[in-house]
Amino acid sequence: MIVRILGEGQYLVPDDQHAALQKLDDELDAAVHAGDEARFTAALAALAGEVRSAGQPLADDDFAPSELVVPFADATLEETRALLSEPGGASGGDDR
Amino acid sequence: MGVMKRFSGIVQAKTNKLLDKAEDPRESLDLSYQKQLESLQKVRRSVADVTTAKKRIELQASQLQGQADKLQGQAKAALTQGNEDLAREALSRRAALAEQLTDLKTQHDQVSSQEEKLIATAQKLQAQVDSFRTKKETMKATYTAAEAQTKIGEAVSGISESMSDAGMSMQRAQDKIDGMQARAGAMDELLASGALTDLTNPVDDIQAQLNQAGTTSQVDAELAALKAEVGTGAPAAPELGAAESATPEGSPS
Repeated sequence: MIVRILGEGQYLVPDDQHAALQKLDDELDAAVHAGDEARFTAALAALAGEVRSAGQPLADDDFAPSELVVPFADATLEETRALLSEPGGASGGDDR
Repeated sequence: MGVMKRFSGIVQAKTNKLLDKAEDPRESLDLSYQKQLESLQKVRRSVADVTTAKKRIELQASQLQGQADKLQGQAKAALTQGNEDLAREALSRRAALAEQLTDLKTQHDQVSSQEEKLIATAQKLQAQVDSFRTKKETMKATYTAAEAQTKIGEAVSGISESMSDAGMSMQRAQDKIDGMQARAGAMDELLASGALTDLTNPVDDIQAQLNQAGTTSQVDAELAALKAEVGTGAPAAPELGAAESATPEGSPS
């Protein structure tokens, strides 16, 4: 599966890593909802790190759309929330 | 729903806006290539903007540093004159400048990191433009109409997604710079108002006091020298005779 890290590029991540990514993504989601900056930073770093280590960078001439997208790896909670409110990103359950 | 899925949706929404619904999929390859070139131009301009913002911060930092050094020197000069209060004032202003300098350094780090990232984005985009230029011709030549529909569609989506990413990266850098520009503007005003003892104003109030003290002691020294020359008991120099000098020099007739 192809995963993009915003501002960085695309990675081809083996499908058997999907569950691991999902778990890290859940933690990131929880951090966003909790509004906990430190937790968010740690969760984002863990997720981006997992994509980088488990995946292979896609070559520049490999023009393929991504299945999943990781926010800018050094993003703040505030800017990530701002992006999540943009068109296409609002379909989650923000009012948990 | 997970953050990755939602971000995928955000990128998809931006990508859809970039996609042209060309009748002929082969035509959409050329359109995508055109957009890629435009996108590359934009990223390059954005890099230039970020670099300009960085230079502005560097200029302000060097001005502030100059003022801090000057205040340090003034504090020393004040102490030499035995004016501890003035020395304290100079040092406390210097401490305020040091805070501003720390703030500028933080901004500089941020803008430098944005610059690096945008340069990397531009390089990546350039590499993609280069490889897509040849690949699109190969695709046009080799794919049958049926294959073209899916394969080209996928490639075009992939390209557009990269452009969306580049666009988001530029926006991000721009947002950061905008915030800094406002602060840089405020800093310029502060520098211009002399509140931070502007370097362009050669004599600030501390310097004026130092000069004043210097002048006063010089006058005292000259006075003492004069007194010694004239002798303390000696009468003052005769005043000009008021009565005599009143004689008409030649009244108009």
